[in-house]
Formats: sequence, structure tokens, C-alpha cells
Amino acid sequence: MSTLMNTSSRIRRFGGLKALTDRFTGMELARTSKELVLPMVGILVFLGFWHLAAPQVNTSLGSFPGPVQVWEQSGQLWQEHINQRERADKFVIMQEDRNARILAKNPDAEVKIRSYPGAPTFVDQIVTSLITVMAGFLLATAIAVPLGIVLGLNRHLQAAINPLIQIFKPVSPLAWLPLVTMVVSATYVSEDPMFEKSFLTSMITVTLCSLWPTLINTGVGVAAVNPDLLNVSRVLRLSFWTHVMKVVLPSSIPIIFTGLRVSLGIAWMVLIAAEMLAQSPGLGKFVWDEFQNGSSQSLSRIMAAVLAIGFIGFVLDRIMLTLQKKIAWNE
Amino acid sequence: MSKPHLELTGVEMSFDTPKGSFIALDNINLKIKKGEFVSLIGHSGCGKSTVLNIVAGLLQATKGGCILDGHEINSPGPERAVVFQNHALMPWLTVYENVELAVQQVFRKSMTKQERQSWIHHNLELVNMAHAATKRPGEISGGMAQRVGIARALAMKPSVLLMDEPFGALDALTRAHLQDSLMEIQQELNNTVIMITHDVDEAVLLSDRIIMMTNGPAAAVGEDLYIDLERPRNRVTLADDPTYVHYRQEVLKFLYEKQRKLESITPRRNNQTTGTNMQKDTAPAAKA
Ligand SMILES: Nc1ncnc2c1ncn2[C@@H]1O[C@H](COP(=O)(O)OP(=O)(O)OP(=O)(O)O)[C@@H](O)[C@H]1O
Ligand SMILES: [Mg+2]
Repeated sequence: MSTLMNTSSRIRRFGGLKALTDRFTGMELARTSKELVLPMVGILVFLGFWHLAAPQVNTSLGSFPGPVQVWEQSGQLWQEHINQRERADKFVIMQEDRNARILAKNPDAEVKIRSYPGAPTFVDQIVTSLITVMAGFLLATAIAVPLGIVLGLNRHLQAAINPLIQIFKPVSPLAWLPLVTMVVSATYVSEDPMFEKSFLTSMITVTLCSLWPTLINTGVGVAAVNPDLLNVSRVLRLSFWTHVMKVVLPSSIPIIFTGLRVSLGIAWMVLIAAEMLAQSPGLGKFVWDEFQNGSSQSLSRIMAAVLAIGFIGFVLDRIMLTLQKKIAWNE
Repeated sequence: MSKPHLELTGVEMSFDTPKGSFIALDNINLKIKKGEFVSLIGHSGCGKSTVLNIVAGLLQATKGGCILDGHEINSPGPERAVVFQNHALMPWLTVYENVELAVQQVFRKSMTKQERQSWIHHNLELVNMAHAATKRPGEISGGMAQRVGIARALAMKPSVLLMDEPFGALDALTRAHLQDSLMEIQQELNNTVIMITHDVDEAVLLSDRIIMMTNGPAAAVGEDLYIDLERPRNRVTLADDPTYVHYRQEVLKFLYEKQRKLESITPRRNNQTTGTNMQKDTAPAAKA
């Protein structure tokens, strides 16, 4: 009690609360500068360097675009998307009008409903890519986590499967793609397909390339459960299912999540490459089309796509990190 | 005497090691009565944990066997609850959920949900941990976690309670407090207890019987000392009770004269975690 009074009187003597708050704002400032100011400085320096260096690089399509051109093109891409949307809406209204008129004349007439034939815009391609990557990643997770648990629990099986994992893990998406394409076209035949073939091809390629980190991490995590906890499980005579759900899986969740984050990063990279090569809809196709197009704006548009790809990859990783913090017990 | 409650006959345990098979235990014979509090004491590495794990069913003896109430033990089960040396709580579950996992498993059919809840709370209160029910093991001290481990074991209503150095990692005050609670609980519930310890005072204070093991390899039961002291026991009044002092010296003589382990005593002096008891104990042993 007396020490408390001593300190408070000493604070008053030195200008009291003001001095204290100043110290705290100083700390606050140091923190914000680390979290906000320094990254900003980094980005600004990069933009400046880019702005100065870009005009020096000359290509057959003119000089390399600087940040200003890319920014303008980004606005342009957005505008094209808005315009396209308006046209599509008009198209739908016109079609409905016409069909209504035909039906009024002859109620038995067969009316055609066609979707808008315009080319997908940059934003449409982003949406397509996001859907494809999530589908491929979820499929990879659905395969890798259960398989990883089985491998982690059974040493013999692990020894048998491990060489296969080591061999398939480093395979590039470009090598898988032709095989996947052929197999999908041969096996996925239906009158009224639920998915586009190109979607399936991209998705399966993404799955094949991205499941390995999750598979390996799950196996390692499951095999490394604290033996004391395994003994607790045995003493309690937990059933196999309870044992997996209540002991093995929670214990390996942190390391599984690390694998999932790596997998999602790979999935996103692989998808862009697969879309470029297979000409299936998505950001990769956008880049390839612009490259083939070869107009004076192409490079700016490709650069806008590159930045979008990077930013989306970053956001995906952040989402995984947030999810990990919510779910994993060690965070 | 009727059939013993728990009986080990001719237990031998050998481990396969890269250098060939290693015989840890050789011909252990023990008969333990219902409600008896037995301590296992012996130098580090002599095979105490191995004996406990065989009774728990976590290890299978290579020869001989273990019979509990007329049934051979060949797998672990909740009627032989184990308190592990380093608490072994699931780090992702709260204190309450850790006990709940055990209670859920053992009394799923025989208790209603309300009964289970109050039973979990009762056991947490028994070890004075009800206040931290919502904390995770990472947020409580080692001593607190150890208490939860004990609560979890008691909550299974085991007929045999197996404890591997349950108080080894605790400070002296907490340890004394937990020892007193354990004595009370055991008197009330009349469980059979087998406890491993390095602490001579703890063994004499708590046990009805101290099993002293010879040094490994091929360890066996060296001496079997019955502690005939009134219960409830009080550590303060017992401190200069001549019978208590005599029992204490018996154990010390066994450990430091008959089973003297020259190589291990010197490094132990520097080892603060387990060494404190040993240091304290060697002084009167030298006098005796
Ligand atoms: N799985 C195993 N494989 C090989 N040897 C083992 C194994 N488990 C125990 N041992 C050996 O058996 C002997 C007894 O081990 P145990 O753990 O029972 O000793 P302890 O008396 O509990 O020792 P401490 O007091 O240090 O805990 C030791 O020499 C140990 O090296
Ligand atoms: Mg041990």
C-alpha cells in the first residue's frame, strides 16, 4: 500500500499522468509504425522503382507498363465488366419480351432460352478461378486428411505408401494436365453434364498437385501424438472412432493446418498455370488471351492480372491463418 | 486369507533393443489386498514404471502374469486408472472437459447428464481445482495440472489407482497438501493404490506397505516393508515418532547401503528436480 502511494506521488512530481500517457503513445507509435508505416514505405519504394524502371524496358508491344498505366487499365477492366453486365441484363429482358410475345401468339410454341453469349470479363474470370481453386482444394483436403490419418496410424501402410508420395509430390501440374484432360474427356460423358469438362480438368489438376503437403503433414502429426495421451486413450478404452476424433485429430490439428496453408498456396499457383495451358476459363486464360491478343494495352492488362493473382493468393492465405487461429488450440 | 485382490506371479519383462533383448524385470511376485496403499521405491531405471504399466495393462509381461479379482489383465481399462508422471492432459481440452472425457466414457450408460456434471465438479473440488474448470492445461501450473490428472483418475471410480511419481514435479508445499488430500480420499473411497515414488518420507507417510526394488537390470522385489502406523496420519506429529523414524531408516538403508548405486548418487546431487529429496535423505542415513 505504502509503495503504491509512493509511486503515485512520484508520478505527480514528475508531471504525473501526462508523462505516463506520453510514454504510452510513444509505444503505440512504435507499434503502428511497425505494422503499418513500414509496409507502406516498402510498397511506395517498390512503386517508385517500378515507375522509373518500366519505361527502360522495351518490348515489341511498346515499353513495359508502369504503375500508372496498370492502374488505368484496372479501371478499364472494371468498366468493361460493368458494361458487359448491363448488356447481359438487356439481353435477358429482350429475350423474355420476345418469348412472351411468341407465347401470346401461340401458347404451344417452343421458346428458346439462351444465356448471354458475350465473352467473360476479367471479374468473371476471377470468380471462375476462385470457385475452381476452392473446389480443387476442398477435394484435396477431403482426400488428404483421412488418408493422412490412416497412414499416420498404421506404420506398415505408411512404409508401403511413402515412396509413392515422394515420387508424385514433385510432379509439375503441366505434366498431369494432358493426362487429366484425356481421362476426363473419356470418362465424364453425360447428356446433361453438371460441370464443364474444363472445370473438372482444372479442378482435378489442382487437387493432384496440392494434396501432398496436407497428406504428409497429417501423417506426421498423427504419428507424433504424445504417447502419454495415447496411453490415456487406451486406459479409457476409447473406441477407434472416438480415439481418432477426440485424441488423434485434435492433437494434430496445428500441423495439419500448416499443411493446409501450403496446399492452398500451391493450389492457387497450379490453377493459374493449368488454366493457361488448358485454355479453361479463369484468370490463367485471361492472361493467355491477352498475350495472344498483343495489343498495346495487353501488357498493362496482364500486369493487372498478375497483381490480382498475387493479392488473391495473399488474401486466401490470410483467411486460412484466421481459420487456423480460430480452430487450432495452440494459437 | 482369501484370494488376493491383485496378484503378480513370476512377472518377467524383457525389451527388444538394438543390442539384443534387455531383461528389465525378473520374477516379480506380489500379492496386494483390497484397499491397500502400496508404494514402489527404487533407484532410477530399476523398472518401477514397467511394473506399473504391466498392472495397467499398457505393457504385456513376457513371462508370468497379473490377476485382478480373478481375471487376468491383458489390456488397459478404466478400472485401473493411471495418474501419469507428467499429467497427460489433453492440451486442447479445458480442465472440465479433460475430466469429462473420462467420465463420459466410463459412466455413459450408468449416469444421467446431470449426474455426470455434478460428478465431474465433485472430483474437481476434491483436488481443489473447481475454480479453474474452464482453463486449458497450458494456462495452469504444473501442480494444478497434476491435480486435474488425479481428479480424472479418481473420477473413473477405479478399483485400483496407479500413480507414477504423481508428486515428483511439485514444490514441497503443494506436494504436502496433495499428499494429505490423497490420504483423505483414499481412506474415504478405500481404493487400492500403487504409487511410485522417489521420496522416502512420502512413501512412509502414505503407505501401508513399501515395496523396495533391487537395481536393474533384472530387477526384483528386494524388501517388502509393512508400515504399521495409525491412520489418519499427521506429518508433523509423526516427524519424531520413533516407529516412523525407524521405518524411514529401513528404507534409506535399503536404498543407500544395500542397493547403493555409486554412479547415480553423485550426479543426482546436482539434479535439482528429483535430487532435493535424496539430498535431504542422505544426511540422516549417514548418521544412522
Ligand atoms: N520400451 C523400452 N525399450 C527398451 N528398454 C526399456 C523400455 N522401457 C523401459 N526400458 C528399460 O527398462 C528399465 C526400467 O525402466 P523404467 O522406466 O521402468 O524405470 P523406472 O524405475 O521407472 O525409472 P525412473 O525412476 O527413472 O522413472 C530401464 O533400464 C529402461 O531403460
Ligand atoms: Mg519411471
